Amino acid sequence: MKILLILRQVPDSTTAIKIAPSGADIDRAGVKMVLNPFAEFAVELAQHLRETRKDVQQITALIAGPAKAAEALQVALAVGADEGIHIQDDSFDQLDELQQAAAIAALVRPMGFDLIVAGKQEIDLDSGQTGPALAEALDLPHVGAVTKVEIGAEGKSLKANRRIEGAEEIFSTPLPCVATCEKGLPEMRYPSLPNLMKAKKKPIRVVKTAEIEGYAGAVDRVGGTKVAGVELPPPRPPGKVIGGDPAAAVKELLRLLREEAKVI
Amino acid sequence: MTNDILVFVEQRSNHALPAGLQCLTAARVLAGQTGGKVIALVMGGAIDAAVAETSKAGADRVIAIRDAGLERYSATRYRTALCAAIENAKPRIVLLAASFLGRDLAPRVAMRLGAQLATDVTELQFAGGALSIRRPVYNGKANAKVSFKADRLAIASIRANTFAPPAAAAAVSVESLVFAAAPGDDRLNNEGVERSAGEIKDVTEADIIVSGGRSLKSEENFKQYIFPLAQALDAAVGASRAACDAGYQPHSRQVGLTGKTVTPKLYIACGISGAIQHLAGMRGSKVIVAINTDKEAPITKVADYTLPLDLFAVLPLMTEAVKGMR
Repeated sequence: MKILLILRQVPDSTTAIKIAPSGADIDRAGVKMVLNPFAEFAVELAQHLRETRKDVQQITALIAGPAKAAEALQVALAVGADEGIHIQDDSFDQLDELQQAAAIAALVRPMGFDLIVAGKQEIDLDSGQTGPALAEALDLPHVGAVTKVEIGAEGKSLKANRRIEGAEEIFSTPLPCVATCEKGLPEMRYPSLPNLMKAKKKPIRVVKTAEIEGYAGAVDRVGGTKVAGVELPPPRPPGKVIGGDPAAAVKELLRLLREEAKVI
Repeated sequence: MTNDILVFVEQRSNHALPAGLQCLTAARVLAGQTGGKVIALVMGGAIDAAVAETSKAGADRVIAIRDAGLERYSATRYRTALCAAIENAKPRIVLLAASFLGRDLAPRVAMRLGAQLATDVTELQFAGGALSIRRPVYNGKANAKVSFKADRLAIASIRANTFAPPAAAAAVSVESLVFAAAPGDDRLNNEGVERSAGEIKDVTEADIIVSGGRSLKSEENFKQYIFPLAQALDAAVGASRAACDAGYQPHSRQVGLTGKTVTPKLYIACGISGAIQHLAGMRGSKVIVAINTDKEAPITKVADYTLPLDLFAVLPLMTEAVKGMR
């Protein structure tokens, strides 16, 4: 079985967001970048499959982004991935999520992966388009937002629980397929220092878009949205403080919720 | 391509999803800007009641796709059905709810049709021949303005409770469209649903959430103080990461960055200080109430109403008062 991990490097979740002077992006100076937390589950899942099965031949981790994104790739290589692919090309970074998925599909289609695993969304743009869009571009089934994954004994099928509102749906599908990871899967183990050192010796192939066969056609036929600006959300108007006697405060709160906010 | 807006109104157990119907409100405004009509689409197995609800929600036309093969969600079959409806109606813009289903389905449809997509949208405008939208990014810490190309189908999934429900309208006629599965659709098999948690609503499907933090001190106190108020308000129970990590509530109820992102009409935070990760998961709520003895806690900076009082004194009084209102 050949497994492909789709990774992304994102600002750490505790980052205080400031807007860049251009108004078109956040200010990235000094922002701590980490592996997308939802992709961490994918990295752990692949290594777990390798340790519990005999048929995992290869785990490949793919990331796109500037040279710095290789740090996130190193984490996956330290936990267990065998090799990395790094799409490092400004023109790729300008594409929207659908176009990026189409380009990744063009790159990986000839590689014959049996299982492709991504995060259910990236915690920067929060768009969640990559996994399902990649599956569609490759004409593969997918199960999104999975909290539990089992691979059949023969290594030819996947069964997964998918999170929905207040419940889980259970899907089965033959391989090859795509799955996207939701919280609930086992958390990624901490990459040890010796493994981080060993990871530096694992091969990373840097890919330019010009090397992707059919790239122009793939990205031209879909997507095309542009981020025209990024802004901080308008501040919430200052709230009211209702103190004093608890019974009187409760009465006043319920009155305000009913008459002013009109939510109950 | 027409100037019409197609709204896929998701149904569950033969009821139109409120977040799906809310898209009709957004579509009506857009249709005024494009000069087109609003077309609603409902699909599933036995869906007559959901179709009837949708037909009275202000659309100009309703399309129904009834097929036993659509009884349960499948990303591939639903993609094929939605693509067929789009090819039939030839809209300029397609809207759907950014539910778990909508998030899963929309990217496949967009890729299949060579369309453009923005997910979890909170504002839309059609001007100069093209759609532009706003959507939260960085977990609500910023908003992105996104512009679409004019000459290509635009799809947007809409965040729940962003738009009001549509006003009741006279029923319009319903057209039927036949579903034909595409080759390969049946590789994906939905074997069924496992309900979690039990009688209380999930945080992602509730209009009101009563949420507790570590100050609750125990699972027993959640049962004694949080759940009765939630039941009285027909609300869901949420919890902070600290409360979940302490074992007071399961992680399925966790609101925040690594938990669930929620946008209810009313969020009542009880004994939650408001760590940045928690705020990320609930700051999109329409109205926020903080019950917290610490007047300076970060949650009070986003709260519309703060009660700087002991939650153990406030919650039983509030539960009784709410029961008295109903």
